Amino acid sequence: MPYIPHTSEDTQAMLGLIGASSIDELFREIPENLRVKPGALNLPPALDEHKLMAHLTEIAAKNIDMTKVTCFLGAGVYDRYVPATVGAVISRGEFLTSYTPYQPEASQGYLQAIYEFQSMIAEIYGMEIANASMYDGATSMAEAAIMATGIKNRDRVTISETVHPHYRQVLDTYCWSMGIEVVTVPAQNGLAGDMSTVESACVIVQYPNFFGGIEDLARAKADADKSGAMFIVVSDPVASSLLKPPGDFGADIVVGEGQPLGVAMGLGGPMVGLFACKKELIRNIPGRIVGRTKELHGDKPGFVMTLRTREQDIRREKATSNICTNEALMALANTVYMMALGKNGLTKVATSSVRNTQYAIQQLTAAGGKLKFTGKVFGEFVLSLPKNATEVRDALLKKGILAGLPLGSYYQGMDNDLLVAVTEVRSKDQIDHFAQSLKEVLA
Amino acid sequence: MNRRTQTVPEPSLIYSKSKAGRIGCNVPTCDTPEVDLASVVGETRSELKLPEVSELDLLRHFTNLSHINYGIETGFYPLGSCTMKYNPKINEKAAGLAGFAQLHPLQPVETIPGALEILHGVQSMLCEITGFDAITLQPLAGAHGEMTCLMLVKAYHASIGEGDKRKVVLVPDSAHGTNPASAARCGYSVKSIPTDADGNTDLAALEAALDDTVAALMLTNPSTLGLFEPNIEKICKMVHDAGGQVFCDGANMNAMVGTTRPGDHGFDCMHLNLHKTFSTPHGGGGPGCGAIGLQKHLEPFLPVPVIRSVGDTLIADYDRPHTIGKVAAFYGQFLMEVRAYTYLRAYGRERIADISRYSVLNANYVRERLKEVLPPAHDRPCMHECILTAEKYKKEHGVRALDISKRLIDYGYHPPTNYFPLIVPECLMIEPTETESKDTLDDFCDALIAICHEAVENSDLLHDAPSTRIVGRLDETLAVKQLDVRWNG
Amino acid sequence: MPMSAIPEGLKYTKSHEWIQLDGDVATVGITDQAQSELGDVVYVDLPSVGKTLSAGETFGSIESVKAVSDLYAPVAGEVIEVNGNLDSSSDLVNSDPYGAGFMIKIRVNGDLPGDLLSAAEYSAHVG
Repeated sequence: MPYIPHTSEDTQAMLGLIGASSIDELFREIPENLRVKPGALNLPPALDEHKLMAHLTEIAAKNIDMTKVTCFLGAGVYDRYVPATVGAVISRGEFLTSYTPYQPEASQGYLQAIYEFQSMIAEIYGMEIANASMYDGATSMAEAAIMATGIKNRDRVTISETVHPHYRQVLDTYCWSMGIEVVTVPAQNGLAGDMSTVESACVIVQYPNFFGGIEDLARAKADADKSGAMFIVVSDPVASSLLKPPGDFGADIVVGEGQPLGVAMGLGGPMVGLFACKKELIRNIPGRIVGRTKELHGDKPGFVMTLRTREQDIRREKATSNICTNEALMALANTVYMMALGKNGLTKVATSSVRNTQYAIQQLTAAGGKLKFTGKVFGEFVLSLPKNATEVRDALLKKGILAGLPLGSYYQGMDNDLLVAVTEVRSKDQIDHFAQSLKEVLA
Repeated sequence: MNRRTQTVPEPSLIYSKSKAGRIGCNVPTCDTPEVDLASVVGETRSELKLPEVSELDLLRHFTNLSHINYGIETGFYPLGSCTMKYNPKINEKAAGLAGFAQLHPLQPVETIPGALEILHGVQSMLCEITGFDAITLQPLAGAHGEMTCLMLVKAYHASIGEGDKRKVVLVPDSAHGTNPASAARCGYSVKSIPTDADGNTDLAALEAALDDTVAALMLTNPSTLGLFEPNIEKICKMVHDAGGQVFCDGANMNAMVGTTRPGDHGFDCMHLNLHKTFSTPHGGGGPGCGAIGLQKHLEPFLPVPVIRSVGDTLIADYDRPHTIGKVAAFYGQFLMEVRAYTYLRAYGRERIADISRYSVLNANYVRERLKEVLPPAHDRPCMHECILTAEKYKKEHGVRALDISKRLIDYGYHPPTNYFPLIVPECLMIEPTETESKDTLDDFCDALIAICHEAVENSDLLHDAPSTRIVGRLDETLAVKQLDVRWNG
Repeated sequence: MPMSAIPEGLKYTKSHEWIQLDGDVATVGITDQAQSELGDVVYVDLPSVGKTLSAGETFGSIESVKAVSDLYAPVAGEVIEVNGNLDSSSDLVNSDPYGAGFMIKIRVNGDLPGDLLSAAEYSAHVG
C-alpha cells in the first residue's frame, strides 16, 4: 500500500521499542468481543490505481454532465466560467493539504488570502465586513437568522416565499430544533409581499430572488424597520457586482452562495457560504474571521484568526455557532476568481448574463412560452408553458438541453412553470437552439 | 541549532499590484444584443473596488503565498485530533472528472445514476466499517453532523412523547467544544461530566447525572485523551436505562477503522469526519465532510433526501413523513464523497484495518520515544494519538507547551495541538497518522528531544520562536483591539 | 505564582469578583488575581443600566484573546452605573482592577449573601 510506508523491519523495530509483541497487543484495551479481525469486514476488494481510475471513469460516464448537454438550469447553482488559474491555485498542496490556520507563523499565506477574500466579499455586497466563509448559502442564511434571534431576543423570523425553497427548508430545520417560529410571507407577482411583521427578529428576502426577480430592497428594508426587525438579504454575488448592492439599502446581514465565483457545480457540494454584515455586529457573527496585526516583538505586519472567543472551542455552549470547519478551499477559489476577473471582468460576466437572459426571454416567448411575472429580472426568469413543465424539460433533455427547473413541486399551481437561467457562458446559437427545440416540443 | 531562514518575497496585498485596465483572465465574449441596463435591471452600482491584475501577477501572488503556508505535502503535520494524513492524488483526479464535477444538483435524478452509485457506495462501506444500520452523507462538516445527530435524537424523543422533558445533553469535560455548541444549537442545555484519574468517564458522576431530563450523552471514543473507553458498553447501557441516547463523536475514528465498530459498542448515532479519517483534504479549514451513522430506530427521522435502493434502482427519497427536513441545500459534499469512495476502494477489504493498525502503532512509538522528555498524561497504551505534558518545563524553566510548539516550527515541523483537551496541563497532543514512516517519526522525535534540552539550557530560543518564518509571533491582542478585517483602500 | 493585591476593606467572591460597599451602593469588579490569570483583557460585555440582578446571576463576560469568563453578581440589586470607559479602554481591568477598571455599580436590594469572603478568606481561597 503506497499510503502506508512501514516496512516489516520498521514495524518490528517499533514494536520492539514499545515492548509489544504485535500490533494487536496495542489494542488490548478494547474488549475482545468488540474487536473485528483484519479482513473480516464485508467490503469490496481493493483496486489498484489503474483499475480504480477505470472504475471511477465508468461510473462518472453514467451521469449526464454539463459537457453533454447545454445548461439553462440555475436555481442557486450556476454553470459559469471558471478561469484555469482557479484550479491551478487551489490544487497546490500547501493550500489543499493545510489545516485551519491556528498557527499563524506557519500559515501566513492562507491567512492573507482569506483576508483578501473577506475584503472582496464585503466590497461586492456593499457591507463593512465579511467572515472567512460558511458551509453553503442555505446554512449561512439559517445562521444569520439565528444570530438575529439572539441579538433581538425574539424567537420569530419572517421570510419571503420568494427565497429559495431549499434555503427555507434548511431554515425550518434549524429553527425547529431551537424552538424558533418561521413566518413565511406569500409572494405577489413573483416578488416579496408585505414584509412588515410583529415581533420578528429579522426579515429575510433574496436579491435577485428565487424566480430571478429583482426585489425592491428599499421597501423590504422599510417593512423590517417598522417592527425593529433586522434586515437580512440573501444575494447572488455575481448579481451584486452589477446591481446596487444590498449594503446600499441598509442590510444588516448579507449572505449568499459563493459557488458562482469559480467553484465547480459538483452536484451542489462542496460550495461555500458567504456572510457579510455591519461592523457593529462583528462580535455576534458565526465562523472565523482573519485580521491584520503586527509582530509582538517587531513591526512586520501579519495575519491571525481573530475574535476567537466567539467560537466553539473557547466559548463552548455559549458560542455564537457550532461551526468549526468552514469552506476555506472554496473561499480560496472565490478569491482567485474575484482577482482574476477583477472589476471589469466581473461586471462583464454580470452584464453578459443580463444580455443573454434578455435575448432568451425574447426567443423563448416567441417559441410559445410566456413570462410568468412582469418584474425586472437579472439572469433568470420563470417561463410559463402551455404544457406540464416537467414533461417539457424531459423532452428537451432528449434534444441535449437542460432547460431549467420545473416549479410544480415547489409552488402550488406552478406545474406549467419552468425556471430558466442564462449565464455568460451561453451563446446566441445555444439560445436559438433552445428556442427552436422548445417550439418543436410544444408543437 | 542554526536553521536556514525562508527566503521568500515579502508578501503584499493583491491591491498593491492592481492597475486600472488590467485583467487576469480571458472572460467569455457575448454575442447576444446589447441592452439598456437601466431599463432592464434598474439602478446599477456606481463602483466596484476589486483588484485589477494580470494573470501572471495573480499566479505569482498565490505561489508566493503558498510558500509561506504549511501543508501535509510540505512536511509532517502531527496535529492531534485532526488526522492530518496523506490525501492521495488519485482522489483529486477522480473528483475532477467531468462526470462528477460538472453535475447540477437540480438536474433530474434519472440523469445522475453514477452519482447515486457513489453516494450509495460510500454509505454502504461506511455502514460496514462503523457497524451502524444507516448512514447519511448530508451533513457538510463534523459539527454539522453532530448537530444533525442531536436533531435525530430530538425527533426520536418527540415521537415517543418524551420531547418535552428531555432537555439536557451530557458532555464530558474532555470533549471538543463543538459538542456543547452543537447541543446548544439544538436547544439543549449542557451538563459537564468529569473524567476520572485513569482518563475514563467518571461512572459515578455519570450515574448521578442520569435522570429523565437527559436526552443524550455525547462521548468521544477513543477519548480526546487518546484512550479507548473500556467501559463503553456499560456506559451505553446506563444511558439507555435512563431513556437517553448515546452519540459518538467520531473525530477519532482513525483509531478504529477495520478494528472495532462503534455501532457494536452500543452507540445510537455518530458523526464521521471524512476529511479526517477518509483522507479528503482539509483545504486550510474546509470543506469538511460530515457523514453520520445511526441505528434503525433513528432512521425514520433522517434528513432528506435519503439515497437508497429500490430493487436494482437507486433513488433519492424525499417522501419521508417523519424526516427532520433538510440540513443542507442539496446532496451534501458530493465531490468529497467521490474522494472518500476512491480512498475506500483503494484500501478495500484486505487492507482497510491497516489504517487503524499503523496509526496506533505510530502513536505508541512516538509516545515511547518521547516519554523521558515529555511524559504521557496517562500510563496506558494510547490509540491513534498520544497526549503528553510539558508541565515540568513550565514549572522549572518558564517554558510553556506553546513555546515548544513554536520552536518546532523553526525545526521545520507543524506543531501538535496545544492546550486541548483542557483537562491536561500544558498539553501536547500528537497524532502521527498511519501515513508517516518510522524515519519521519524518528526525525521529529529527535527534534522534540533537542527542543526539550533547549528548554532547560537556553529557554529564550523557545520564547523567541519561531525566528525562521516570514513573521515572528504576532500580537493577537492588537488584532482584537484594533480590528482590521478588510482592506479599505 | 506572584503575589497579587488583595486590598482589605473589600468583600470577595469565590468566582473572583470584588465589591466595595458605600451605603446601599456596591461597586463591582474582578480581582487582581483574576485579571492576571486572564491576561490582556480585550473586551468586557456589561449589562444596561436599570437591569435587575439576583445574587450569583451572570451579569456579563470578560474576554482576553483566548479565554472568556462569565461575570457573576455578588449581590442582588439594580444596575445603576456601568463603566463606559471599558468600551474603549478594557486594559483598565489589567492596570487598575480595583479602581478605574471596575465594571458596574449596583443599588443593593436586601441583605448581602452570607458567602462573601473577607480579604483574608479570599487570600486563602486563591492559595
